[in-house]
Amino acid sequence: MKKTILMVMMVYTSVNFAQKIKGSDTVLPLSQKEAETYMKSNKTAKITVTGGGSGVGLAALVDNTTDIAMSSRKIKMDEKIKLQDAGRPYKETIIAFDALSVIVNNSNKVSQLTREQLEGIFTGKIKNWKEVGGDDMPMVVYSRESSSGTFEFFKEHVMNKKNYAASVLSMPATGAIVQSVSQTKGAIGYIGLAYTDKSVKDLKVSYDAGKTYIEPTMETAKNKTYPIVRPLYYYYSTAVEKAVKPFVDYVLSAEGQKIVEQVGYVPLSK
Amino acid sequence: MLSSSITSLTVLLIVVFLFKEGIGLFNQKPVEPGYVIAINKNNKVKELSSVQLKNIYDQKITHWSEVGGTHDSIVLFQLEDISNYYSDEQIGDNMQNLGTCLSRLVDSLPNIIAFFPDKYLDKKFQGTLLEVDKVSLADFFAGKEWIPSAKPSAQLGVLPLILGTLWVSLGAILLALPLGLAAAVYMSEIANERVRRIMKPLIELLAGIPSVVYGFFGLVIIVPLIQKTFDLPVGETGLAGSIVLGIMALPTIITISEDAMRNTPRAMKEASLALGASRWQTIYKVIIPYSISGISAGAILGIGRAIGETMAVLMVTGNAAVIPHTILAPVRTIPATIAAELGETSNGGLHYKALFALGCILFLITLFINLTVEFISNRQKHNKN
Repeated sequence: MKKTILMVMMVYTSVNFAQKIKGSDTVLPLSQKEAETYMKSNKTAKITVTGGGSGVGLAALVDNTTDIAMSSRKIKMDEKIKLQDAGRPYKETIIAFDALSVIVNNSNKVSQLTREQLEGIFTGKIKNWKEVGGDDMPMVVYSRESSSGTFEFFKEHVMNKKNYAASVLSMPATGAIVQSVSQTKGAIGYIGLAYTDKSVKDLKVSYDAGKTYIEPTMETAKNKTYPIVRPLYYYYSTAVEKAVKPFVDYVLSAEGQKIVEQVGYVPLSK
Repeated sequence: MLSSSITSLTVLLIVVFLFKEGIGLFNQKPVEPGYVIAINKNNKVKELSSVQLKNIYDQKITHWSEVGGTHDSIVLFQLEDISNYYSDEQIGDNMQNLGTCLSRLVDSLPNIIAFFPDKYLDKKFQGTLLEVDKVSLADFFAGKEWIPSAKPSAQLGVLPLILGTLWVSLGAILLALPLGLAAAVYMSEIANERVRRIMKPLIELLAGIPSVVYGFFGLVIIVPLIQKTFDLPVGETGLAGSIVLGIMALPTIITISEDAMRNTPRAMKEASLALGASRWQTIYKVIIPYSISGISAGAILGIGRAIGETMAVLMVTGNAAVIPHTILAPVRTIPATIAAELGETSNGGLHYKALFALGCILFLITLFINLTVEFISNRQKHNKN
């Protein structure tokens, strides 16, 4: 039964020269919204968007089962090699940015940290808030589960590729981190900028050893002064460039970038 | 007959599959397949353990002297770092010169440790490849660190996970068993028919609440409560998990033990009362011994639910993979680990097999509990006769 449905769908989609977009769950809501509005203005276009994770999307690009792979991280060396082996040159386009903000409990005195301090906190070297200028209370460190792309990004760009301490509490969802940080005095965690609210406090972050501290806002993320920002990518093979280009151009257009901001990500600066 | 043999066959198939995948773990190396670790050929170090590798890449070990080499500091290298040493032109458009570049790099830096895919291993590679041992039983069961995503060498110590599971389940059963038994006795012997008719559906309703709702309730209500009561830095603890699981196990324990108690023949109860025994004496001398096998069945199913429960525990215990010294610290359980991590693993890979091996451990724990309870209830029956 499933097979027949699948086959019917495949026949259907290939008849309409539909585009398939697959990959990162972070980019998924954005792509869905973009595809929806794009299809409204272009009645002939058919775009299907599915999630699964950045790795899944790029693997599908290698197998040629998707036209565009969405990714919340840069393509990895071994994925490049696989695409190379499959004889499929590709193009990379940054479609938006996602800022991560470091949050603490509202009652916490500390309002800023350097990257080195963050690394110390998440690798378990710094264990008490008094070491970074706060009250004498133990730190409670929250992270996302290791299956999330946010986990990898934070490890690579904030923690200098070192491993998380074993004592770090890992939460299954962003909402759970916000909830826990809001009710735990010594808590610290990280979430996407779109998810912060008044129940938690955003920290200013310094990437130049304490000279300047930048607050995470849509403005600082847009003008690139806020450091913990990751690009979100589309990858597509040059063979189908003609077919996918109109949609990619739409996403990059002013209209498309307005949707980026609506969904809660940071639009590309002009 | 037919249905029971089909059921046993299915169970057997699941167990065989579980163990086949799980045992495969011990044929694998903790380093990602297709990757090698190389050092300069003049380096005295010839072997590094999985833990040492991880500490080197975490920069907790920074000098070769700490692992038996010279007093020089270790130079870390991963494939992404190649652009710091060679330009894109030197590597070539299709990375055709990458192998030679890597070979030259390892040769030129005496203190390097390099981690890269073995397909870029040059035929005339000028360096030593480090041997890494397969995952051993000792590493797996006695290892104290569970960091399966660690690079270059995954840390697969399940001790904190096993202890976490046992702590939480033990706490849950200690909370649920006395409470559940008391409720069962009350409902079967003391409460009048009208109270019973209201209470029983209410308790059974508890069993119908989805576990994620229990988890959410635990996170928002129980976790802050525990934090305030015990004045802890963090409320996501083993105890929070125990309380949530205890509540979840209650309906099973109550319903099954109550049914068993109500099945005590009227004649036995009346005989006891006629001999002058009080109601309380009748309960613990006649009714509980008579229904002990039903009560233990309820307890087994309750424990089974506690040990295997995933979602609620994932939300309230904090999931930090450290060995718990008290029930008031965050713990990570086996089911929560499997649920949270299986989605990201590559099918058939090291991490995937490690999670299956965790499943085997979980299965063995429940099997052991079942056999123990079976043994105890059998012995009690035997004593009675």
